[in-house]
This record gives sequence, structure tokens and C-alpha cells, in this order.
Amino acid sequence: MSDCKIKITDLNLLFDKIHALKNINLNIYANEIFSIIGPANSGKSSLLRALNRLADLDGAIVQGKIELDGVNIKDIPVNELRRRVGLIFATPIVLPGTIYKNIVYGPKMHNNYSKKELDELVYFSLASAGLWEEVKDRLWDSASNLSGGQQQRLCIARTIALKPEVIMMDEPCSGLDPISTAKIENTMLALKDKFTFILVTNNTKQAARIGTRTAFFLSGELIEVASTEQLFTAPRDKRTNDYIIGRFG
Amino acid sequence: MKFRIGPRTSQIIAYIFLLVCTIFVIFILIFIIAFVFKNGFSSLTWEFLTQKTKEMGKEGGIFPSIIGTILVTLFAIVVATPLGLGSALYLTEYTRGGLVRRLISFGADCLAGVPSIIFGLFGFIFFVITLKLGWSIISGGLTLAVMILPTIIRTSEEAIKAVPKSYREISYSLGVGKIDTILKIVLPTAFPGILTGIILGIGRAVSETAAVIFTAGSSLNIPTSLFSSTRTLAVHFYILAREGISMPKAYGTAMVLIISILVINFIAYRLMHRFIARYY
Amino acid sequence: MKEKTAEKILLIISFSAIISLLLITIFIFIQGVPLIFKVGLKNFFSTHWAPTKGYFGILSMIVGSLLVTIGALIIGVPLSLACSIFLAEFAPPPAQKILKPIIELLAGIPSVVYGFIGIVILIPLIRNTLGGSGFSVLSASIILGIMILPTIVSISYDSLVAVPQSYREGSYALGATKWQTVLMVLFPSARSGIIAAIILGMGRAIGETMAVIMIAGNALKIPGSVLDPVRTITSTIALELGYSTGDHRAALFACGTILFIIIVLLNIIAIKVASRE
Repeated sequence: MSDCKIKITDLNLLFDKIHALKNINLNIYANEIFSIIGPANSGKSSLLRALNRLADLDGAIVQGKIELDGVNIKDIPVNELRRRVGLIFATPIVLPGTIYKNIVYGPKMHNNYSKKELDELVYFSLASAGLWEEVKDRLWDSASNLSGGQQQRLCIARTIALKPEVIMMDEPCSGLDPISTAKIENTMLALKDKFTFILVTNNTKQAARIGTRTAFFLSGELIEVASTEQLFTAPRDKRTNDYIIGRFG
Repeated sequence: MKFRIGPRTSQIIAYIFLLVCTIFVIFILIFIIAFVFKNGFSSLTWEFLTQKTKEMGKEGGIFPSIIGTILVTLFAIVVATPLGLGSALYLTEYTRGGLVRRLISFGADCLAGVPSIIFGLFGFIFFVITLKLGWSIISGGLTLAVMILPTIIRTSEEAIKAVPKSYREISYSLGVGKIDTILKIVLPTAFPGILTGIILGIGRAVSETAAVIFTAGSSLNIPTSLFSSTRTLAVHFYILAREGISMPKAYGTAMVLIISILVINFIAYRLMHRFIARYY
Repeated sequence: MKEKTAEKILLIISFSAIISLLLITIFIFIQGVPLIFKVGLKNFFSTHWAPTKGYFGILSMIVGSLLVTIGALIIGVPLSLACSIFLAEFAPPPAQKILKPIIELLAGIPSVVYGFIGIVILIPLIRNTLGGSGFSVLSASIILGIMILPTIVSISYDSLVAVPQSYREGSYALGATKWQTVLMVLFPSARSGIIAAIILGMGRAIGETMAVIMIAGNALKIPGSVLDPVRTITSTIALELGYSTGDHRAALFACGTILFIIIVLLNIIAIKVASRE
């Protein structure tokens, strides 16, 4: 088993009066696609936001310990943490400006790159996200002219440009057509060896397709986690089974 | 037999009445502008705009006042914009509610309601007398800066709030810090709205009389330094009109004033609409 | 850390508004209040204003300010409300987009220009049709009424537009006409916003200086009729500040103090009324 990339111990997350995550204990290993399934409001997105400390901005109270490569994330400078642990949101939002600018905005803040290095970075990121062929001639066009699926892949490229270690995806394909969805899933599979993916999805079939291991969340609790094959064929908890077969959604 | 007006009829009567009122109000505006233009048009010559004022305004042009107005207004903007923008940034990016926010908003709202003569009194006793700045562009500019501060705070706040929250979240997720996010994403995006506020502030400053006459004075000389006294266009117009010095010159000055205001408002209006169209 | 310093700087900057407000209050009060106590309340609130001779009675000016303000409201409020109702409910949206900025443009015209128009057009008109010198409560009320139009129209328009569409639909569903809906549903719902608008308009009228100086006549007597000249608190300050010294100047600051208190009270009432929704 590869080493433990992220170790979550006794994590509790409280928002105002809402107990969004209850006593989560979870290990995520390097170079896997870790999928998280569960109905709405089960705490899936909150978990992602706790991992890159975006939850701090929501005014949430985070108790417990989260470690990245053995270091408590509270001890890592937050900007560095967010570079290493990237987040793709459910709705693709491109920053105002050109495609090129979208990609280089983040990296420029972390490092001094030469123009040549930036160009290479843009090529590398767009190619990894499977978008290079489609936009290589219009890098200086406004990013808002892209289709929904292209914009989401641009967001993935944007994150890859930071050379992260973990890429978290929060329901990345929720508004997209099947072709774009397939492209994004293929991207994840192709990049699995370079990054660790955490995929939150409300599409159980997607988790079944590409997840290495899968976790089931319900009402803020981690009900069950196992290899994808095992979770989907022989779940140990009845609630997991009910969710998977669609008894509730 | 009682005579009853049915609801349909009352509506027609009401509609006509309201329409007439609205047309009347618009007519007033157009009338004022047209009247000033008609009478001032003949005075609007190149000499009028570029010559020094002679014989207390009876002869010559309004060049000193044009310069004075520009300088005072510029000074006011240079002082008020950082203060107003900074306040607006703090209000939107750094507070969430609570005492500090309410205090700052309260200060800005109250300041907005203070009449211009009070600003004149204050500017006079504080800048001119106490701080010994005398009747000068500085005194006038500082007084006007305090006057337009609420306008800039309000419009900047609206503009910054209009920047989608998701832009900020994305920036943070990319590991970019708060200051850089504000400088590279929030401010550039909010810029047209902020600029609108600045331009509206310019409009207010240009029209102002009571606050300026007691702080910048009424000297007819071309200002030579920031400590020179100067007579702005509005003040000059007031003196010409009230003392009955020269009707044609008064109309001419009024026309320059109104044209400036129209241009300023038009620019602000167009900017605002481009901004709203982009984000709503 | 860089972030913390930036936050502190912005915090200090954002107090500039309230610090300015405090400075204004302090400096005006320091100049004005001692005088009020020096000459005594009986003197200060009498009708005899002759500051170089020791008489500091501002009552006739307070009455003057009140009269022109009430006059301005009588003329301005019905017109403003008619406009805002028309714009909000009866005008088609493209017309609204054009008309509203035009009305707001009225706010951009300098007060001295309003005063000038008053002198050149309104005063002779009143003099020739109604008598008197023309410089009167009536002329001041008319011009002030026009000047406060944009304020009241803007705010009451916003209040009307803010009424939820469901209220209107509910009313139409019951068979009411648009006008009935306005009267019976929209007006009551938007009431606090409209009242706040009127109060703010009132504040503008009381605080107006330049236009009033030019057309109100500035006589120190309490006017007997609307055709008589009148002097407001603001006019006195503006007319006499230039050449005043000593107690006279302090008395003008005392006038400013009174004016300031009135305006602040009005603003607080307006804010309270507006937030009651």
C-alpha cells in the first residue's frame, strides 16, 4: 500500500449551529482516486473545504487533526497548503481575462517564472487537462467564450499549473454533458500516477467507474469506506446499500 | 343619485395625472438647461474660456475660475479616493457585521446628510483658521474631500460587493493571499463601478458653492500654488448673479457649469451601465 | 505579516468618515455652544437678530427655515410621488431606463443655477401676477420643491420597486386595477421607504443655502404671508460669515449648531423609519 497522503483524525466541523462533520477518521493514500459519495448535505463538500482550509473563511470551527504527509495542515502556511491541495468547484468559474491569464494567475503568485517558462506551463497544464488541442490557437481569447465542459477543464488545467500534490474535485461534472464528463473522467485516470485525486460525486456510477476506493457519507458521518469494487458489490452497512441501489438519493 | 367613478375611470384619470406630473418634471429640467443655453450661447467664446477675469467679472473671461475649479476638484479627489476606497474595502472584505461595521457605515451615512453650509463653516474654522491653511485650494480641496467621501464610500462598496464571491474563493483556492486577491482580482473587476463613484464625486465638487466660498475664497487671480486662493466656477457664477455684475457673463459661466455637469453625469451613467451589464 | 499590516491600515482609513463627522461636530459646537449660554436662551430664541448690537435671536430664522421647508414639501412631495409611482408602475421599462436618469440629472444642477433661474424667471412672474417684490416664501418654496424632487423620487421609486411582485399579482388576481393596487397595496407596503424619502427631502430643503439666499428676500421679519420675504438659518450663516467677528461669528456657528442638530435628528428619524420594514 502506498504511503498515507492525507490522514484525518477525529475531525469535527461546526458551522454556526450546524454540526457538518462528525468524528471523521479517514486515510487517503497517494496516487489513488478517492471517491466520496452520499446524498446532499452529508458533509462531502465541507470535508473538501476543511482539507484546504477554505472552511476557515466560512467561519467554521474545525476540531481534530488533518495531516498532509504527516504535517498538521494548520502548521503549513495556508497559501502553500492551497497550492499543494487544489480544489475544483462544481460550477466552473473562470476568472475574468484570457485563457492564458487564467492559467498563469496562480503560478505567478507563487514563483517568478520567465515568459518561456510560463508558456511551457500553459502548454503542460492544458495538455494534461485534455484541452490543449481545442484552445491552442486562441489562448488570448476571453475564457468566458468557452463551453461549460471546456471551462471546467480549464479550471482543472488552472489547478494543475500549480503543480499540486492532491487535486480535489467537488462534483465536477454536475452540469456537464456526457462527452465532457467522459473527457474529465479520462483526464483523472490518465493523471492518477502524478496526483492524488479526491472526487466528491453524487453520481454513484461515476464513482464506480473511476474510483480506486470509495467512501459513503451520510449526515456528516463517514459510514463506510472500502475499495470501490467491494463497496459497490458487498457493502457492509445497510445504509450504504440503500443509497447505492437508489432507495434514497 | 350618487355619481360614482368606476375603478377603470379612476385609473385613467390617475394615469393622465401621473403622466402629466412626470412630463412636467422632465420639462422643468429641459427648460432650465435650454434657458441657460439660449442665453449663454453668445457668451461662450474662446476668449471667454481662456482670458483672465477683468473688472470683477464684467469683462474678460473665466479662465482663472476654470483652473481653480480643476485644481480644487482634483485635490479633493486625490484625498477622498484612497480614504473612500480603503473604507469600502475594509467594509466589504474585512468585516462581517458587528459594531465596527455599523460604526463606519453610520459615519458615512451621517456625513452624507450634512448640508453644504455646515461643511463651509467647518472648513472655515478648521482648515482656514485652526490649521492656518488660509483661503486656499488646499482648504477648499480638503473640505470638498470630506463632502464627497460618503459618495465614494457608497459607490465603491456597491462595486466591490458586486464582484462575485466565487472569484475570491477561486483565488484563495489557488493559494493566493487576501491582499493579492484584492489587488489582482477584486479591484480590477470593481474598477468601473469605483470610477463611477469618483466621477459622481467630481460632479458634486464642481457644483458646490457654500462649502467652497468660505474655504477657497474668491480671488480672481490665476492660482500659482496650492496655497493660492481661488474662485471656482460655481462661486464666480454666484457672485456675478447676485451682485448683478454682468448678465451675459453669468449666463456664460452657468453654461460652462451645466455642460461640465452634463458631460460628467453622462460619463458616469455610461460607465455604470457597462458595469451593471457585465455582472448582473 | 503583510496581511495583518494591510488590514490595520485599512481599518484606520475606514475611520476617516466617522472621524470627519466627529471633527465637524466638535468644531462647530465648540464655536457655537458657548455663545448660546453666554447670551442666554431667552436672547438666543427671541426674534431680534442684530448681532453687532448684542441681539442674537434666531427665532425668526428658524420660523423662516420651517416655512420654506414646509412650502417645499407641499410643492415637491405630490409631484415626486406622482413621478415615482408613474415610473415604477405605469411606465414601460424602456421608458423607465431613460426617464429615471433624467430626473436624477436634476440633482446634478448646481443650487446656484436654480437660484439664478428663480431670480430671472420666477421672481418677476410672481411679482407681476401676485404682487409683492417677488422675493418671497412662495418663490423659495417653489424652487426648493423642485430641488428636492430627485431625492424623493429616487428613494420612493426604490421602495416601490422593492415591493415583492407577489403582492401585485395577488391584488390583480382579485380583480383590482393597477391604480387600486397602487393605492391599497403598494403604497402601504412601501410606506416606510416613502416616508424616509420625504424626511430626507426635508433635510435637503432645510440645509439648502445658495438658492434660498438668491430668491427668498432675506428680510429678518417673520413673514406675514407667502408673498413676504423670509430669511432662513442657512442664509444668515452664508450672508454674514464673511465679515463677522467675535461674538457675531460665534453666533453664526451657534446657528450652524442648531441646524446641524436638526439635520442629524431628521436623518436618524429617516434611518429608523426606513429600517422598520
